[in-house]
Amino acid sequence: MANIKDELKKRILILDGAMGTMIQQYKLSEEDFRGERFRNHSCSLKGNNDILSITKPEIIKEIHRKYLEVGADIIETNSFGSTSVAQEDYQLQDAVYDINYACAKIAKEVAEEFTKKTPEKPRFVAGSIGPTTKLASMSPDVNDPGYRNISFDELRIAFKEQAKGLIEGGSDLLLVETITDTLNAKAALLAINEIQQELNTNLPVMISGTITDASGRTLSGQTTEAFLISVQHSKPLSIGLNCALGAAALRPYLQVLRNKSDFFVSAHPNAGLPNEMGEYDESPEQMAAQIKVFLDEGLVDIVGGCCGTTPEHIKAIAELVASPTPPKEGLC
Amino acid sequence: MSLHPDYKGKYTHKWEHLPHLTLSGLEPLIVTPETNFVNIGERTNVAGSKMFLRLINENKFDEALSVAREQVENGAQIIDINMDDGLIEGKEAMVKFLKLIAAEPDISRVPIMIDSSKWEIIEVGLQNVQGKSIVNSISLKEGEQQFIEQATKILNYGAAVIVMAFDEAGQADSYQRRIEICEKSYRILVDKAGFPPQDIIFDPNIFPVATGMEEHRKNALDFFRATRWIRENLPGVHVSGGVSNVSFSFRGNNPVREAMHSAFLYHAINEGMDMGIVNPSMLGVYDDIPKDLLERVEDVLLDRRDDATERLLDFAESVVGSAKEKKKEDEWRYQPLQERITYALVKGNADFIEQDVEEARQNVDKPINVIEQHLMNGMNVVGDLFGSGKMFLPQVVKSARVMKKAVAYLLPYIEEEKALLNPPEGGAFDSYRTADPILYGRLKVFAKQQKSNPTETESVMWILLRNKKLEGFKFRRQHIIGQYIADFVCLKKRLIIEIDGKIHQLPENKETDNVRTEWLEKIGFKVIRFTNEEVLANTDETLDIILQELNQRESIKASPSGRSGGAAGKILLATVKGDVHDIGKNIVGVVLACNNYEVIDLGVMTPLEKIIATAKAEKVDIVGLSGLITPSLDEMVYVAKEMEKEGMNIPLLIGGATTSKVHTAVKIDQHYTSGQAVYVLDASRSVTVVENLLGEKKNAFVKNVKEEYERLRETYSKRQQTKETISLAEARKNKYQIDWEAHPPQKPNFIGTKTFSEYDLKEIAEYIDWTPFFRTWELAGKYPQILEDEIVGNEAKKLFADAQQMLQQIIAEKWLEAKAVIGIWDANTENDDTIVVYENGNKIGQLYQLRQQSKKATGVPNISLADFIAPTESGIKDYIGGFAVTTGIGIEKHLARFEADHDDYQAIMLKALADRLAEAFAELMHQKVRREYWGYAASEKLKKDDLIKEKYVGIRPAPGYPACPNHTLKTDLFQLLDATKQTGIELTESLAMYPTAAVSGMYFTHPESKYFGVGKIEKDQVVAYANANQLDFDVAERWLGSVLCY
Repeated sequence: MANIKDELKKRILILDGAMGTMIQQYKLSEEDFRGERFRNHSCSLKGNNDILSITKPEIIKEIHRKYLEVGADIIETNSFGSTSVAQEDYQLQDAVYDINYACAKIAKEVAEEFTKKTPEKPRFVAGSIGPTTKLASMSPDVNDPGYRNISFDELRIAFKEQAKGLIEGGSDLLLVETITDTLNAKAALLAINEIQQELNTNLPVMISGTITDASGRTLSGQTTEAFLISVQHSKPLSIGLNCALGAAALRPYLQVLRNKSDFFVSAHPNAGLPNEMGEYDESPEQMAAQIKVFLDEGLVDIVGGCCGTTPEHIKAIAELVASPTPPKEGLC
Repeated sequence: MSLHPDYKGKYTHKWEHLPHLTLSGLEPLIVTPETNFVNIGERTNVAGSKMFLRLINENKFDEALSVAREQVENGAQIIDINMDDGLIEGKEAMVKFLKLIAAEPDISRVPIMIDSSKWEIIEVGLQNVQGKSIVNSISLKEGEQQFIEQATKILNYGAAVIVMAFDEAGQADSYQRRIEICEKSYRILVDKAGFPPQDIIFDPNIFPVATGMEEHRKNALDFFRATRWIRENLPGVHVSGGVSNVSFSFRGNNPVREAMHSAFLYHAINEGMDMGIVNPSMLGVYDDIPKDLLERVEDVLLDRRDDATERLLDFAESVVGSAKEKKKEDEWRYQPLQERITYALVKGNADFIEQDVEEARQNVDKPINVIEQHLMNGMNVVGDLFGSGKMFLPQVVKSARVMKKAVAYLLPYIEEEKALLNPPEGGAFDSYRTADPILYGRLKVFAKQQKSNPTETESVMWILLRNKKLEGFKFRRQHIIGQYIADFVCLKKRLIIEIDGKIHQLPENKETDNVRTEWLEKIGFKVIRFTNEEVLANTDETLDIILQELNQRESIKASPSGRSGGAAGKILLATVKGDVHDIGKNIVGVVLACNNYEVIDLGVMTPLEKIIATAKAEKVDIVGLSGLITPSLDEMVYVAKEMEKEGMNIPLLIGGATTSKVHTAVKIDQHYTSGQAVYVLDASRSVTVVENLLGEKKNAFVKNVKEEYERLRETYSKRQQTKETISLAEARKNKYQIDWEAHPPQKPNFIGTKTFSEYDLKEIAEYIDWTPFFRTWELAGKYPQILEDEIVGNEAKKLFADAQQMLQQIIAEKWLEAKAVIGIWDANTENDDTIVVYENGNKIGQLYQLRQQSKKATGVPNISLADFIAPTESGIKDYIGGFAVTTGIGIEKHLARFEADHDDYQAIMLKALADRLAEAFAELMHQKVRREYWGYAASEKLKKDDLIKEKYVGIRPAPGYPACPNHTLKTDLFQLLDATKQTGIELTESLAMYPTAAVSGMYFTHPESKYFGVGKIEKDQVVAYANANQLDFDVAERWLGSVLCY
């Protein structure tokens, strides 16, 4: 297996785009989501995209393939919401390990197909770890600021279970992403550290935060630099930003990460901001034009897309990266 | 400068190649070689601060938070938190406090130092901070293995660490032991635990000096030397310590302690100490230490003389109290009582107000005197500063918040006082607040116990008395009166019923039953007693006796609880019937209350009967009416007429956005000849007006007003006479002509209505036009320039920061829901003025538009909005749009929360922000309509400024505004949009929208469409309007009252 660090020293790697946006296009029914295994499950599973890795693996694989075909170097597993905390909504806490394992396994299968075809361009699987549905440092109750609906330890245990499935399913690296509350991320990073020690593995970890407002802060109120300082102890492979604001708005915060850390820097923004229908309407060309600025300024080492991006977007970005740019210098 | 024997000059950092220590709260803190000294706040430490310990013990976490906040405000760059006390559940307290801090961005912006000698407290602490914090502390005390384990965990949690110079043999107390333990610790941490050296902070133990013990003489000096050695020999690390320790033997002598701290730090920093736990307010400037004191302090610190300690002790006695206190922020706390109260009011600082008011209360005969003297003296200063333009409205509202807190604190005492002084007339016991405020807490527990364990007889009695069963008399049970508890009481009749026994009191209270009865009777109560048998066996008879007593006793008249005593006047304020807008009125209320007027605020939608009745019952000195929409103008006229009819003669104040001096003079003043109507421009004028009306200068003032209004009426009627109008028929002929062929209407992308709920507030917020926000607060100027304004800039900035903070909260915590409905329909104009709306060829509604009727110069048209829609006869297919948006859904509960907390500032802020959001939402929707839903300007790319300047194509006039002054259009529009159902916006009888944070209007897209004022109209148009809308002429005339020219 190629070493992703070596690849990163050579070139800018392309991360894939949105999974949810692609799944929507298949217009799947409740039955599709349930599949054989969850046919008699106690509650509705429609919308639980992660479960499709078990019940409709061919669809998820097809989506992975589409991204690999247009040039993605790293594909994210379909496991963004696969913690017991988030799966509680579907009463699927017990299936969490299996979901993560399946997510990693099918992604790995597809990635290997492509690596085999073009060994000079090895493809990697990043086990996606989302923020869960609860926040450890913010109260859900306005009138009770000291209240929390989840504890650090509960999060740590949930993340550890997820990470175990992802690692054992064959992920090449782990991606803690869409971090809105740094304390959640710290629980995930601690959990990853613990499970890697237990399994005696050493997968690189990518960290990606989410800036939710124009002042450049996370939902839990940290500035980009404070966020970086809070997670750098985990010595990640890369640190970056994704989701929320579109590409253009990310630029100043990517500069912070580039200037203040020695890690590789990643960005996978949304296709613009969602419109009132919850749709993302930035075209591949528009998005690529903004990514080009990142590339020209040498801001990123890994670049891809988040909500609303499609293989067309990733294609446009991959073509940008492939076009001749000045060689990278001075990194690592 | 005094230096110690082996001083080698200021420490210079020699580990440039190593990374810096980085820490974070919400914001980063980077400790670089250039960082001279990082000060760590020490006061949130139960071991070090008795006050903080008491707050935590008493579960007063709010005040504990204030301690943390103050430290940050005073410049602490990190705050140390310690909950190690035998009486405290340390883990729980640590977690609770950290969680609360996380919700306070002004505290949590700095990194946290988690301070405990117990590892389990440290670990839960680490699980509750999102930033990179510092653990204080670990050491080799329990051996190497545990040391490594703890260090590894800290590393994995992502924190830096303080390492104490401590090992299994004990705490390092000499230079040699200090450097040995620190070196050993360093090697273990860096080599074995993989700890980054820059994240290690050594605490080489600051011990007291001048204790009189020989072995303590070198405590400071050894620390200095060890510090230098550590910084020079252990690459990358930092040195910190608890500075207050050094002066331990001078407790109680703050001037000497401060001097010792300053001198100690001066030397320690020179040796390389770059962090320290200090009380920032107990730190002076080294150069400011008096030379004689400094010499003696340094003799001790540097161990320069054998008699150093004695000399300092001798000197210290002379220093006690002579040095001036240097506490910057806290200085005001040392001022005399009145100064403190005034300061709190002027600065809007409520932190100590209850404490100060309590002190004041103990110094006066009657609690009401505190309001009349201390608080009013303070508010007079506020009033003067406001009057002279040195304070601005937002500050005054904050002052009011403090005032309200103070009054709320005093109220129970005042009522108690009243009850004791005036037993027969009483007045206080109609309120349920009859308890002795001091004993109240304990009595409450006791009463509750009794309430939950009633005897059989008590249960029977309660069944008979509760819910006003006994001929409507309301009884309470186990009710606290003074320091006693009555079984049953009817407060209105002051009748107490006791079953088989005595009036209750706390068990340890030894007063006899007679004493109790006497006291109760003195304050106007009558006590009747029954035995168990009487109640159970002769229930009817018992009830008869009670009834008889009740009917014999006179009721206590309702009297307003509160501060009627000292008020300079009583003022009734109300938003009139049909209107729901009250920001301005609330501000006036606050400002008047600040100036010692008692304000009775009847709220919004107040029927005139209620205004008149309350004004009479409360014997108010002035009535103030407020309203925003034009129908409210008529409502005010009705109130004036009614007051005249009732023969009232108190002044009537008129205010609100659509009111004007001319309207007051022409329409209201004449109808209220028995008193005087006065127009008030804004809150800041209200005080002057009220002062004049209630003061000695009243007559002169009223005379002036009368003369001015007379002049206004003359000018008005002259203008009326000279103003020429034309008939509606002529006006229609002279309508605005559009060449429909040249610019045909663009077909919308979408026809029908579309509803939006839970629209993203953050996106809406981007569209806020802030200038009107500042106008609400009576700060004049355009945003953003206003922030740099010479006069109001500072206040504007603070206000804006507060607004931003609340806005973030509104968004993050979803205080408000944004809902909208838009509609686009086929439409054509018929009979010149009626826009008929169609759906699939069927008429579904109409929007009748008023037309300008003044005589125009040749070539200038008489415009109506209807002119912007193609007439049916043109054969051209046209369209019209409509919208209703609100951002006020859910506002009530938050307003209630602020109001419960006497916090007008936040309440007004929330309303003002909700209003801005609603306008912003309308702006945003309009843009979406232009670009997408209608799509007639799909490529529009206007910046926010351009939107504010209305640079886009098309208009969105709102009913009730100059281009369509007829509010009734709202009814038609709402019907078309099904707006109430889709958005929750209701229309009042005067057609005001509720929630008030709402906007509705129509979309006209033709490039020539523009805003204009309809101006005054003639009777023929009122007739046409009445016919078109199927209204009675009278009703139509009333709706159009504000635009009639006849």
